[in-house]
Amino acid sequence: MNNETMTYDYTVVRQFAIATVILGIVGMLVGVFIASQMAWPVLNFDTPWLSFGRLRPLHTNAVVFGFGGSALFATSYYVVQRTCHAKLFAPALAQFTFIGWMLVIVSAVVTLPLGYTSSKEYAELEWPIDLLITVVWVSYAVVFFGTIAKRRVKHIYVANWFFGSFIITVAMLHIVNSAVLPVSFLKSYSVYSGVQDAMVQWWYGHNAVGFFLTAGFLGIMYYFIPKQAERPVYSYRLSVVHFWALSFTYIWAGPHHLHYTALPDWTQSLGMAFSLILLAPSWGGMINGIMTLSGAWEKLRTDPILKFLIVSVSFYGMSTFEGPMMAIKTVNALSHYTDWTVGHVHSGALGWVAMVSIGAMYFLIPKLFDTEIYSKKLIETHFWIATIGIVLYITSMWISGIMQGLMWRAINSDGTLTYSFVESVQAMHPFYIVRASGGALFLTGMLIMAYNLTKTIAQGKAIHAPIPEPQAAH
Amino acid sequence: MSDFTSEFWSWFIIAISGGGIVWLFYLLRGTNKADTEEGVPTGHVWDEDLQELNNPLPRWWLFMFYFTIFFAIVYLILYPGMGSFKGVLGWTEVGEYEAEVAAADAEFGPLFAQFEKTPIAELAGDDAAMNAGERLFVNYCAVCHGSDARGASGFPNLRDNDWLYGGAPEQIEASIMNGRNGSMPAWEGPLGGAEGVDKVANYVMSLAGRDVDDTLAAAGKEKFDLFCAGCHMPEGTGNVALGAPNLTNNIWLYGGSPRTIKETIAKGREGKMPAHSEFLGKAKSHILAAYVYSLSHESD
Repeated sequence: MNNETMTYDYTVVRQFAIATVILGIVGMLVGVFIASQMAWPVLNFDTPWLSFGRLRPLHTNAVVFGFGGSALFATSYYVVQRTCHAKLFAPALAQFTFIGWMLVIVSAVVTLPLGYTSSKEYAELEWPIDLLITVVWVSYAVVFFGTIAKRRVKHIYVANWFFGSFIITVAMLHIVNSAVLPVSFLKSYSVYSGVQDAMVQWWYGHNAVGFFLTAGFLGIMYYFIPKQAERPVYSYRLSVVHFWALSFTYIWAGPHHLHYTALPDWTQSLGMAFSLILLAPSWGGMINGIMTLSGAWEKLRTDPILKFLIVSVSFYGMSTFEGPMMAIKTVNALSHYTDWTVGHVHSGALGWVAMVSIGAMYFLIPKLFDTEIYSKKLIETHFWIATIGIVLYITSMWISGIMQGLMWRAINSDGTLTYSFVESVQAMHPFYIVRASGGALFLTGMLIMAYNLTKTIAQGKAIHAPIPEPQAAH
Repeated sequence: MSDFTSEFWSWFIIAISGGGIVWLFYLLRGTNKADTEEGVPTGHVWDEDLQELNNPLPRWWLFMFYFTIFFAIVYLILYPGMGSFKGVLGWTEVGEYEAEVAAADAEFGPLFAQFEKTPIAELAGDDAAMNAGERLFVNYCAVCHGSDARGASGFPNLRDNDWLYGGAPEQIEASIMNGRNGSMPAWEGPLGGAEGVDKVANYVMSLAGRDVDDTLAAAGKEKFDLFCAGCHMPEGTGNVALGAPNLTNNIWLYGGSPRTIKETIAKGREGKMPAHSEFLGKAKSHILAAYVYSLSHESD
């Protein structure tokens, strides 16, 4: 076959890239709405399907699986082709993953507000949707690893290790945690019970963070930072160590979600010890991302896409430092069940996951439509609005969370509790308003992005780039 | 009880967790070779211009990694973690809890013992005890009875001096310690359907001095005497021995609108105050009884 007439398959990449922007806006809009409900409960409107309890899982599913998932599909399909110098394996199956994944998201948008839930955090969707997820995910694995098998460069690029690890582990987590006994079309019961059920749930829950929201996005980072910075990755050796250490260690960290519960002492201790070990493997990724820019720091001043990417890695470093600290039992005794956890999650979710995805989309979408970005200035504006939004969000939740934890444990000289629960809720009110404003700023940034990218797409045309000959190793 | 069904599982945990830590150590040692210089690419090229340098592992990072491994090993020697090995310190979560409770008892026990000995009516005038009582109330009672103790539908107002089970100090304390179960049966059937309910409702409202349809109320009185007077007494003044509310004072536990009163009569009500003696203990229940007593005796 003549490779010069061969092109990459960009169709499914384009579909997922556009879905990333749309679902990001949808998910974050729901987020801003429920954050406002916390500040002004009247916004629940006494309507069950608009109530916080039903919309909160819709928010998490839409941002994690809708926005984050689409970003992962789009970038992994793009990166695996580009770094293997090969067209996507089984393009029809890849097309199916797009349709299937969108069906999953639409099902979530319908069933969660109606109150159908398995009640497992980040795995709320009921069993028929779980089955669809499984089929889509296996198809994804076939397409991805099939493309790897077709590669025309001997070495597998580091981004693909992370994408591969993410795809395999998420399959395992999803299947084990979603094992249920269906009793009707939209109702089922977990096959696990009691503390085992809790442990399986948080083994899943923490690794949804570890593999879906970390390993997968490190794959994005490893392609888009060196590409945008036009610099080589800082250290191959570091990527090897932190890849294996991260993939191995994350799996153990789940029990720190269940400190001081009925979970046996030994399980809690192991969870804490491995969570601390996780600090260095996580920071390995941060070092490789930031240090890739060494020798080209001045680009940060002028290139807003690079700002998104590098700031995302900085937030990654910050939240992966915070995480192990919060896993220490003594710290956890204060932070657990408070807004501190919410702040921590969002420094990772907004600061790391969303920022790196946004940077990647600004890089990717003009390439997919063979054009330049419509307005670099608007990217710059988006960057600052988003950054200010994140800072407002996480600082308000830190203050509110630590205050909440301290109020709960404060005691008087006679041994009685100083504050009632409702007094702590009252004290949090101003911080809820700040948090909702931070979220609204972040959402505004997404709308600017949607405008900028719409203009970009309008001035370009959908293409399939030709596959270049791989360079011989030298 | 052991968490493990057999010794095998304990060793299984030790092998994979201990082995994992050792493996991480050797992964680091094996990769940290001084065989390359800074700034030298590996020679692999992807996607036209993607390359990798092979810089050595940063020293500070390596040190941090070794330190966390060292910390984990020491931690798992001191604390339970390696299967059924209890850890050198013998620490347990339950032990820590019991030690904290014992320390609190030692510190605050004498004060509470003194409160417990003081009669409720006297304790209600003791500022220190009432401060404690208020804090206990807002944490344990306010969820149902409200922060201001004015109650909510189905949860009695504790400030109005109207008592389902009696307002004497001993009666209040008994309500807190042992809980109460109020049960009013559904009367729609025996009363002959909605029409009968309507008649009795009119009579009940007339007992509280409200404007009613006199014909209906008169018809309702016959049924009241037959079905209701047993618990609520012929005059409708209630019976604290049964927790049957006084119907003459226009205070309505579940709401006083004609519609709600009819619903109460037709469908009955189940009220439940949980028992607190095991959960709070004698001293705190005693202080709470004094606090609740003080709410309706504030002039005392």
